[in-house]
Amino acid sequence: MSGQEQIRSNRKDGADPVDPVDPPVAGQAQQQVNTEAVDSILDDIDTVLESNAEEFVRNFVQKGGQ
Amino acid sequence: MLSVKRIMGAETEFGISQPGNPYANPMRDSARVVDAYAGPRGLKSSQDFWDFETETPLADARGFLMSTADAHFSQLTHLPQTQPEAQYLANVVLENGARLYVDHAHPEYSSPETLTPRDVVRWDRAGDIVALRSVEALAGTSEPVNLYKNNTDSKGSSYGAHENYLVDRAIDFDDIVAGITPFFVTRQILCGAGRVGIGVHGETPGYQISSRADFFEAEVGLETTLRRPIVNTRDEPHADPSLYRRLHVILGDATLAEPATLVRFGSTSLVLGLIEAGHPPEIALADPLQALWTVSHDLSLSAQLPLADGTSATAIEIQQRYLDACRSAAGPAPDADTAEVLRLWQEFLDALARDPFELADSIDWIAKWALLEQYRRREDLAWDHPKLALIDVQYHDVRPGRGLFHKLEQAGRIRRLTSPEEVEAAVTSPPEDTRAWLRGSVVAKFTEDLVAASWDSLILATGEESLIRVPMKYPLKGTRALVGDVVESSETVTDLLAALGVTRLDQTAHRDDSEV
Repeated sequence: MSGQEQIRSNRKDGADPVDPVDPPVAGQAQQQVNTEAVDSILDDIDTVLESNAEEFVRNFVQKGGQ
Repeated sequence: MLSVKRIMGAETEFGISQPGNPYANPMRDSARVVDAYAGPRGLKSSQDFWDFETETPLADARGFLMSTADAHFSQLTHLPQTQPEAQYLANVVLENGARLYVDHAHPEYSSPETLTPRDVVRWDRAGDIVALRSVEALAGTSEPVNLYKNNTDSKGSSYGAHENYLVDRAIDFDDIVAGITPFFVTRQILCGAGRVGIGVHGETPGYQISSRADFFEAEVGLETTLRRPIVNTRDEPHADPSLYRRLHVILGDATLAEPATLVRFGSTSLVLGLIEAGHPPEIALADPLQALWTVSHDLSLSAQLPLADGTSATAIEIQQRYLDACRSAAGPAPDADTAEVLRLWQEFLDALARDPFELADSIDWIAKWALLEQYRRREDLAWDHPKLALIDVQYHDVRPGRGLFHKLEQAGRIRRLTSPEEVEAAVTSPPEDTRAWLRGSVVAKFTEDLVAASWDSLILATGEESLIRVPMKYPLKGTRALVGDVVESSETVTDLLAALGVTRLDQTAHRDDSEV
């Protein structure tokens, strides 16, 4: 069916739809995070992440919805 | 006094994928998801099971009807039977009063009607369990399916997590649009789900607050699948249209963190109450769409949004003005549900102004951002690295053993408002204080005789070769308090119908005294 998204690139006033954004700078905020605890979470997450990230991301294709 | 209580509901369209098979038909797999849940539980699943009699997806709140010929195919809520895909349009009404069905190319769980934000959280989360049960049931088949409570594949497609709020019909729709637009544009800082990549295709590396913002292209409109508007005008109350309008909110992200879900629904309900009372803050953005994108792309939360009066304000400042107005309208002694939302909303704004990472335990965009930042630093990855895109998707996996949100929650890093037991109970029990109670109870007790159902009707077979349509136009009727005894004491649907006072066989006549 033709449920696929219709994506328009011509935004209002011809404005660039994509604002360049700097990669987030964690700055002082980051220091609040308990890095040790987070590290143990990261190790845990390593064990559950899909093994082939590139293939997984390439295959994660959705049809548009509402 | 302003209260957070109103008829509300959450819809979740789940992202769907067959591991290793990007060519799998998502409509077919969505139908398999619905059937995998319904089948073992004896719930009926078919297109015909939903009573479309009262569905009018092309009715516009501005007062006109779009013709079917003018409508894009994807705007129709049901397909003509001649479409080959019609075979995949499974529909189930669950014992908890929710609807589980195939919407376009995604399985969708529409929660039962609830009255408080706490109950929205509970029955929305029950839907995540329903999705999980389907995944588990299909895991043993030759074509397993995974589900993701997210909103985009970052390849140009987006799918929704809609919210529904019944609003006083007497309020002019233009007043709703004017009153709510600045709130909607800035609300994402409280309840965005976060997204790796900027632009509909994620073409610019980076991270942003909302997963949906880049897919919006209009301020007001009827569409939900293309040219998506900040305020959707679909006028389909599923209730007495002389009393209610349903505000169908398509702007939000699916939230997993319960505090974010609570504030998402609670703050919106309060702002609608302000508009109903005629006292929303007087704020107008100079360019709402540009502001929507700006807020989503501004992780510093410091962007000045130009206002129509020539001044400017940050998203946090605009939210604070809405919160102050709600607090003032709620008076000195708000009810407990209202007080909780006001408290949490303020807590969010204070922490966002101080240090957003304090909310890594409460708001998805921040929980995911903290995770990505830590991972990125440890592995020294650029924002366009596939591993970060993988984390972005896998955060939303509904499986507790695989979903990164669930891993964080299990590790005690996410604040939880519900208990697993109350969510489990909500999978099979309806809310008691809305008509969902009658719907869910009839599904549980009289499944065999229930021929079709919708939000505002039940069609029952009485065994006399006749079908009786029970109209349910009033969402505050059909509650346990009002009809609990009747359902309890009825042995058959004939008993039930007699006790409810529904005796006529004519399906089209309208007689309000038979409303239940």
